[in-house]
Amino acid sequence: MIEYVENKEIIARRIARIFKTGDVVNLGIGLPTLVANYLPEDVTVILQSENGMLGLGPAAAPGTEDKDLTNAGNAPVTILPGGCFFDSATSFGIIRGGHVDYTALGILEVDQEGNLANYKIPGKMVPGMGGAMDLVAGSRVVIAATTHFEKSGASKLKRRCTLPLTAAREVDIVVTDVGYFQVLGGKFRLLEWFKPYNPEWIVEKTDADIEVMGTCRCSDIE
Amino acid sequence: MVNKPVISATAAAALVKEGMTVQVGGFLGCGSPDDVIAAVVAQGTKKLTLVCNDSGILDTKGGRSTSVAALVANRQFSRMIVSHIGTNPETQRQMNSGETEVVLVPQGTLAERVRAAGNGLGGILTRTGLGTEVADGKQKIAVGDHVFLLELPLPGDVALVKAKRADKAGNLQYSKTARNFNPLMASACALVIAEVEEIVEIGGIDPDQVHTPSIFVDYLVKAGGI
Repeated sequence: MIEYVENKEIIARRIARIFKTGDVVNLGIGLPTLVANYLPEDVTVILQSENGMLGLGPAAAPGTEDKDLTNAGNAPVTILPGGCFFDSATSFGIIRGGHVDYTALGILEVDQEGNLANYKIPGKMVPGMGGAMDLVAGSRVVIAATTHFEKSGASKLKRRCTLPLTAAREVDIVVTDVGYFQVLGGKFRLLEWFKPYNPEWIVEKTDADIEVMGTCRCSDIE
Repeated sequence: MVNKPVISATAAAALVKEGMTVQVGGFLGCGSPDDVIAAVVAQGTKKLTLVCNDSGILDTKGGRSTSVAALVANRQFSRMIVSHIGTNPETQRQMNSGETEVVLVPQGTLAERVRAAGNGLGGILTRTGLGTEVADGKQKIAVGDHVFLLELPLPGDVALVKAKRADKAGNLQYSKTARNFNPLMASACALVIAEVEEIVEIGGIDPDQVHTPSIFVDYLVKAGGI
């Protein structure tokens, strides 16, 4: 009997392995922000922050905060040598212009067609899309970062999104706390699973079409 | 060069009249014209339309309020055109109760609509929002093999922007991520009021380092009082 235990850290650690040196990456607020903590030491990516910066560095140490230097979530941050600042039009020009290689963002729902919903639960919670619609439409590769299940037990991977969409058919990769999926051909293709789960269990518990690829393997991340 | 009038935040707030569309720079409070906003709160002008990245941070438990959050709490907007309201539960409440009309615009589209208004463009074409509610009722235009949404210019009556430094002519220089929407809004409004931390002599800013040309700016307000 496998019991599901939510694990955001493993999601961040797996996403951190996707990038190669020189990639321009935008990490959403929340879970995706954690990815920066797990980037391999031999990989140097350039983090873009949509409020107007390339070369986003670590959080500012207590006592060194600068009111004019924040990330898109209003947290005090730093900028790395070689980084630069720009206005919001340039920032989204970088995003829509295809100059961002990867965007990793949190979701409410993602479906097997690559549709994504993350900005609105009608009548209940309406945070707004912020920069998410541009990021998802403009980035070369879109990574959905999410726990596999809701608190209710329903899978966040769906056959079809039920909430208002943030973007249609733009998601390329989904990393959850049970596995790593590619979204292609109208289904989720399972490429890796995390212990203690296994492909059969993942297919059974997920209300969506999943193809277990021949190359599918157990991740060495624990 | 002509010197721009340096006025108090209170005098600046008096230029904001009932029913105006007000564009406010800043991103969740970073780069927000806080003194002028406080003066508009004190003045209590109603029925304003807001154009801003967000509706500020309103944290009633922590007692923290940033950007336009105090204006929202004071119910001075009848309409808000913003990309994000997730950090201000009062905005969500007013929207759900129907007290205030909230139009959510993707952040990059908001930036470009403001820029278009200031730059003499009839609109912009973007893929952002295709296949979502954002596309409802909007014209789609095919260019070659690609379909785009037509998004229209978004001008304002008055811009309240924040800069690090101005010279007396009104040339502006921003600081770090406090730049965000400020230079765009300074181009897009009939009247532009810049709150600045420092005012230097003409020539005190290297012309190569000016972010907003002086001709966009009508009034300067010195942050922290004159």
